[in-house]
Order: sequence, then structure tokens, then C-alpha cells
Amino acid sequence: MSEDAAGTGLHTEDMTLNVGPQHPSTHGVLRFVVKTDGEVINEAIPDVGYLHRSIEKIGEKCTWHGYVPYTDRADYLAAMFANQGFCMAAERLGDVEVPPRGEYCRVIACELNRVASHLIAVGTFGQDIGAITPFLHALRERESINDLMEEICGARLTYNYLRIGGVGYDIKPETCARITAFLDHFEPIVDEYNRLLSYNKIFIERLANVAVISKEDALQYNLVGPNLRASGVQWDIRRDIPYSVYPELDFEVPVGRGERGTLGDSYDRYYVRIRELMESCKILRQCLDKMPDGPAVAKVARKFKPPAGETYVRIEAPRGDMGYYVVSDGSEYPYRVRIRTGSFTAMSIIDKISPGIMVADLIALIASLDVDAPEIDR
Amino acid sequence: MTAKEIFERVNELCPGAATDLDEECLDPFFKVNAASLKEVCLALRDDGALKFSVLSDLTAVDLPTENVIQIVYHLFSYEPQQQIVIKADVDRDASRIATVEGVWKVANWFEREVFDLFGVVFEGHSDLRRILLPEDWVGYPLRKDFVEQEEYDGISTEREPLVPENMR
Repeated sequence: MSEDAAGTGLHTEDMTLNVGPQHPSTHGVLRFVVKTDGEVINEAIPDVGYLHRSIEKIGEKCTWHGYVPYTDRADYLAAMFANQGFCMAAERLGDVEVPPRGEYCRVIACELNRVASHLIAVGTFGQDIGAITPFLHALRERESINDLMEEICGARLTYNYLRIGGVGYDIKPETCARITAFLDHFEPIVDEYNRLLSYNKIFIERLANVAVISKEDALQYNLVGPNLRASGVQWDIRRDIPYSVYPELDFEVPVGRGERGTLGDSYDRYYVRIRELMESCKILRQCLDKMPDGPAVAKVARKFKPPAGETYVRIEAPRGDMGYYVVSDGSEYPYRVRIRTGSFTAMSIIDKISPGIMVADLIALIASLDVDAPEIDR
Repeated sequence: MTAKEIFERVNELCPGAATDLDEECLDPFFKVNAASLKEVCLALRDDGALKFSVLSDLTAVDLPTENVIQIVYHLFSYEPQQQIVIKADVDRDASRIATVEGVWKVANWFEREVFDLFGVVFEGHSDLRRILLPEDWVGYPLRKDFVEQEEYDGISTEREPLVPENMR
């Protein structure tokens, strides 16, 4: 029961609402128990774990090489990054150096994957708040990327492309040409998304000033990646703790500017991703230009046994800082694999941000954080 | 700041709390005695030179040979950019440690996950429930001595091999 704000002496009744686990806007299998007073949320309690596949436990039972395909499943929208995190951790422990061409192949594959993942984020964002068409436009381009991925590694979703020490297959010159052709086609399309969504008055009014996340909250809840940048922290692991060949590449780190409302609102989180699409294209073009010749994979023992030790490796995945904490005891199997994902922490902030917003805005909040159920539950 | 400087600064602020600095390994770490964990974390967050405003990761490693579960905290600071790992050991049989939820709010979910998978109880935690596994799950799967249940809710956890043994 809560007091009527207008002071008429009438009381309103709190209602408990169950959202999910099967709901089109939950991006996988998520559930919220929402306590509302009319249209306004008093409390939204996230319930996760529906997609828990014990990937960390499986890591203790597989050989180092054998675990790479499992990491794909940690985040199936950005499987390349999950591969890369684990491979980099294993390489750091085993002191393996990846040949330059291998690094370039990795970055090309990863940035293509980032574009694909952001397209899903942007497309489903529109769909969640009621615009179906942009979703189809986004998925159309993502299909082309899936085709390119199939050409690079034979798979369209769970790639298993990276190996400890490099990549599984070299990228052929004809594929490089096809990637360039795709970029030529894709870059103008981003303007199409802007016309359809970003500069659409209804879309802007739906998102501006909605579910604002301050910089302090973003740090307290450890938001990462685009969500953190939208709150005004200019931070990108690719630039600030450089790995792979990123130091040789030139790109901007888009940051929220509060251009349609408040800094850190849902619109900022959306628009940072659109701008990142362009940055990824820029990175791809540079990589295709600079790609050196040589082997794409280093020679690594089949029975890979890194010396005992532990490492924490960070990479910039589409959903932000993905951390692999890997402990080796010098045997053929990892002793402990821990995957820290961006969606997990993004999900935990919903509890804090949701009181006082409308039910429909909760959907916008979930979509703007780009949470991905498999990545939360692992 | 180097790991050594951070270590010394922590010991200056909380005398005797930090021990066993290891600078040689890939990610330098030191151990914190579990009783003064919260005090150390507050110092790490609030001290003007340390400013570890972010808890990047909180997880645990089971070490049955030493009979401890090691809780691992990965701390990070954007400005100045630095990172450090701190570890606290808890006894495997009576695994209890103070929560750091009051220091970094994200610890709420991280600690629930460690409770869920390792059975470590975080004292003072506001909402210590299982997070990934169902409420009625028995045991803590990431402990090394975890024995898988034969079935859960009538569903077998074993299955016939897809390829028969003699055809492999």
C-alpha cells in the first residue's frame, strides 16, 4: 500500500508482476519479479541462472586446447572474444608468442564479431521498445558478417576460431577483399540506422533522460564497456591497457555526451554503440591494410602444460571488460577458470536503477544495458 | 604505484593486515588477514594515493591440500591507472568471511556467486541466496571434492554415450 501522491486520501495497491523467463525483451532467459504501483516500479528483483551451463567447472575437466570451443558458449553473440580471453590467458601463463599475422587475423575476426554483436544490440533495442523494422535492417547486415565468418572459420555463431598461439585458419586474400567490399557497403548503412532510429523523435523521447546511471553508480557496480563509457568515463581496454595489435591502430573511444538529455541515460548507452560500429569499421580497414605475411599460428605443444601460476587477463568485448582469471597447477588441465563478464555486473545494477521508473522503461533499461543471458549465467 | 608501494601503504594504514607480498608472479598480489579485510578494503578504496574505486572481480579458488578456500579480489583504479590483487584465506570447513558489499556494491552479486558455487558464507551480506543454481541444489560444485548428484528432480545427470564404446 502506498499513499496517493495527489493527497486525495485514496490508497493504491502494490502489484507483483512476473516478467520472464520467456519474454521477447529479456534477450535469452531472464526473469524479473517486479513490484509496481500502477505503472511505476517500486522494486525489480532480477532472477538469473536459467542458462547456467557450468562452463567454469567444465574448464577444470578439459585440456587447455580442449576448452577453447567451450568458451564460445560463454557469450554466443560474441564468441570470438570469449575465445580470445582464454587463449590470451593461456598464452600469458605458458609464455607463448603469437605471430603478427595471427594477431591481425584475431583482431579482424574480433572486430567483425563486435559489429555483429552491436547490430544485435541496436536492432533488438528498437524491437524492445516497439520498432520492428530496424531489427530486420540490422539482422540483414549481420547475416553478411555471418557469411564472412563462415568463410573465415567455417562456423556462423560459435566460431572456435582462435587457438592457443594464434588462429585456426589463415584469412585468405579473397576473404580480405570480401571484407573490404562489406565495409564499403556497410558504412553508409550506419546512416540509415541513424535516420531510422537514432534521430527519430519518438525513439529519442522514449530514451532521453530514462534510467540515468551516474558515473559514481557505474563505478560502484563496476559497469564496463559501452555502459561505462555512456556514463562519461572514457575508458577502453584496447586503448588503455593495450593488447594484441591495438597499439598500432588508430581509433577513437566514443563516450557519452548526454546530447539528447542527461549524461548516462538510455539514449547515451544506445548512441555509444552506434558510434562504436564506425570505429570498428575503421579498425578493420587499417588491419586489412597492414596485415603482414607469415604464419598465423605459433607452434604450441599438443600437450600444452603451462607452468604453475595464475593470471587475470582483460579484453574489451562488446559487452565490456571480459576478464579471465586462470590458475594453472602445471598439469594438462586448468586448475581453475573464472570468466568475469560485463553482463553479470550490468544486471546487478537494475535493482538499483529501477525504483521509480515505468514498467515500459524497465524494458528500455534492460535493452540499453545490452545484457545477454548466457553471458550472465555462463 | 608498484605492488610493493601499495603493500607498504596498506600496512601503514592498517598495521599488520597485509602479508606475503608476491611481486614475481604475473599479477602481483598480497594476502590480507581475514579479520581485517573490510578495514583494508576501505583503506584501498578511500586513500588518496590508492583510490581503488572498482572491484573488477571477486572469486575463489579451492585449495584442498592447504585446507583453505582462497577468496581473490581484483581491484582496479581508473585514475591513476593501477591494479592489485588481494587474497584472503578462509578455512574450508568453517568458511566464513566478512562481506565487502559496503565497500563496492557490485560485491553483492559476486559474493552470492561465490556462496553459490563454493559455499563460503559472507557475514553481514544483505541477501545471501544462491544465484546461478536452483535453491534446492545440494553441494557446492566448484569445490574440488564435489560429487555430482546422480539425478536432479528426477532428471538423470548421466547419459548414454552418443557413440558406443566399441565404435570409437
